[in-house]
Amino acid sequence: MRNLIVKIAIASGKGGTGKTFISTNLFNVLQKQEMNLALVDCDAEEPNAKLFLTEGKLKNTYEVNQKVPVVDESKCTYCGKCAEYCNYNAIFFLKEAKVINVLEDLCHGCGACSVACSYSAISEKNNLLGYVNTFEFSPKSALIEARIKVGVYSSVNVIKAAIKKASDFNLVLFDAPPGTGCPFIQTVVQADYVVLVTEPTPYGLSDLKQSIETLKGMNKSYGVIINKAGLGDEKIYDYLNKENIPLLMSVPFDKNIAVSYSKGELLTDLNSEWEEKFSQLYNTIREEYGNSSN
Amino acid sequence: MEIAVISGKGGTGKSSISAAFATLQKEVVLADCDVDAANLYLLFNPVCEEEQIVISGQKAVINQDKCIACGECIDYCRFDAIIKKDDKVSIVETFCDGCLLCSRICPQDAIDIIDEDKSRIYAGSFKNGKMVYGRLAPGEENTGKIVSKVREKAKQIAKEFGIKTIIIDGPPGIGCSAISAIIGVDSVVVVTEPTLSGLHDLKRTLEITTSSNLQTSVIINKCDINPEMSSKIEAYCNQKHIEVIGKLPFEPLVVEAMVKCQSITDFAPDAEISKLIGNIYSKIRATT
Repeated sequence: MRNLIVKIAIASGKGGTGKTFISTNLFNVLQKQEMNLALVDCDAEEPNAKLFLTEGKLKNTYEVNQKVPVVDESKCTYCGKCAEYCNYNAIFFLKEAKVINVLEDLCHGCGACSVACSYSAISEKNNLLGYVNTFEFSPKSALIEARIKVGVYSSVNVIKAAIKKASDFNLVLFDAPPGTGCPFIQTVVQADYVVLVTEPTPYGLSDLKQSIETLKGMNKSYGVIINKAGLGDEKIYDYLNKENIPLLMSVPFDKNIAVSYSKGELLTDLNSEWEEKFSQLYNTIREEYGNSSN
Repeated sequence: MEIAVISGKGGTGKSSISAAFATLQKEVVLADCDVDAANLYLLFNPVCEEEQIVISGQKAVINQDKCIACGECIDYCRFDAIIKKDDKVSIVETFCDGCLLCSRICPQDAIDIIDEDKSRIYAGSFKNGKMVYGRLAPGEENTGKIVSKVREKAKQIAKEFGIKTIIIDGPPGIGCSAISAIIGVDSVVVVTEPTLSGLHDLKRTLEITTSSNLQTSVIINKCDINPEMSSKIEAYCNQKHIEVIGKLPFEPLVVEAMVKCQSITDFAPDAEISKLIGNIYSKIRATT
């Protein structure tokens, strides 16, 4: 078996299957065992982990910015080369009317327009994309939260910055954003092992398949947790069997669990049996990762 | 008229509610804009009539025959997507944002640009009208763009067949794909649940809809899971002058309907939950 897993992403295609439920409880249990670890809340559009992990003290807040161009019209010759270089249609340009506008929402901050301009008419300013908040639980453990400013289109830069902040920890858990688009990919690409949380419904299964297809393309090893077991049907179990995908844990559908979740309570604080199960989950993940990387 | 159903937090019941709305409407174009987790085609099994390629973006690839490993592109790339290892320069596809700057500045003209063209949108018929849905290819990333294409196609079909109502099943979150799903619609319905996370995410979602001046209403789904939190959400919405247009209890029949590949209103038309959803939909129609 490998020594230590460095980075584990907890992800799901379908939203609301229990990613945050799993990652906050896993963090809680391992943190109590005084492990050196960080949980990075990479769901920057809707970060929720802190709602459950209330004991962490805010240690610092770091702003994440993106460069956007500013056009100095006294120097601009309206040649249009910047608009031609911009592959995101973020420069609105009308040659005859001498109109040039930067559409900041569309800008990705690549800097191509500055390179294109031969008249030093483009400078850059910082636009705030969001924050990385670090909450300390002990000198050895922290929650690092990526949080985009409301109205910002892409969470990718904020997620990347948050993950970077976690580089000093021995074990890092990622609470990944839902779906299989850029925020998901930019999170799981940095992980050594991916835990996919799903539910036994047709939607859950369909989205699980799509996530797995994406992970296969990225050569990631993964296992599955079924949450809300007992709801829906059995098809997901057939699929896991057929594809030989490890089932890491199963959490039954239970109204009491749903109610405690709704209040922001951690199951592993309320119930020692679940504390033991989450501790075991970590061992299972380590074993699975060891097997898959042999 | 376009009605978008979104949620902020995932798993609140957005798709089940959009499916019910779509089957309550006699003639509809249903646009599944949750393109990286599209599910409604499972329910309605539409007969596919049209497939359209979407160029979701572009990626840079180094032509190793021409590259002299000068590394100039590495200095220009702001996405840390270009690396040099053993005197060989290569591009990490996942990090490449497709800005093309490297290909423009390469002194050897050694960087090619390829289209990401594996994502698709599909249009077809189902029992209540037409349906458009997208499929993000594994590894392709620009969901916002695909969402816009799905909506464009839905509008075109609505016009072509004289269908007046478009129902959009939106993605979770508040980023580019969610914004693309709601820009310019006539009515946004936000489905939330009475949990701390639900309320937190609802607040961020409502910030987006109000700053975009969109007609917005809220449904509290599974309201009996935590009645106290439900009241908190209602109070918050009242304070923000946003109508809570309905509250729905947790109902296992909804999951059963999903397993049977039907909307809840088709599966159990006489059940209390279906009546409640019917009332909500009538209210939305009346106020839009």
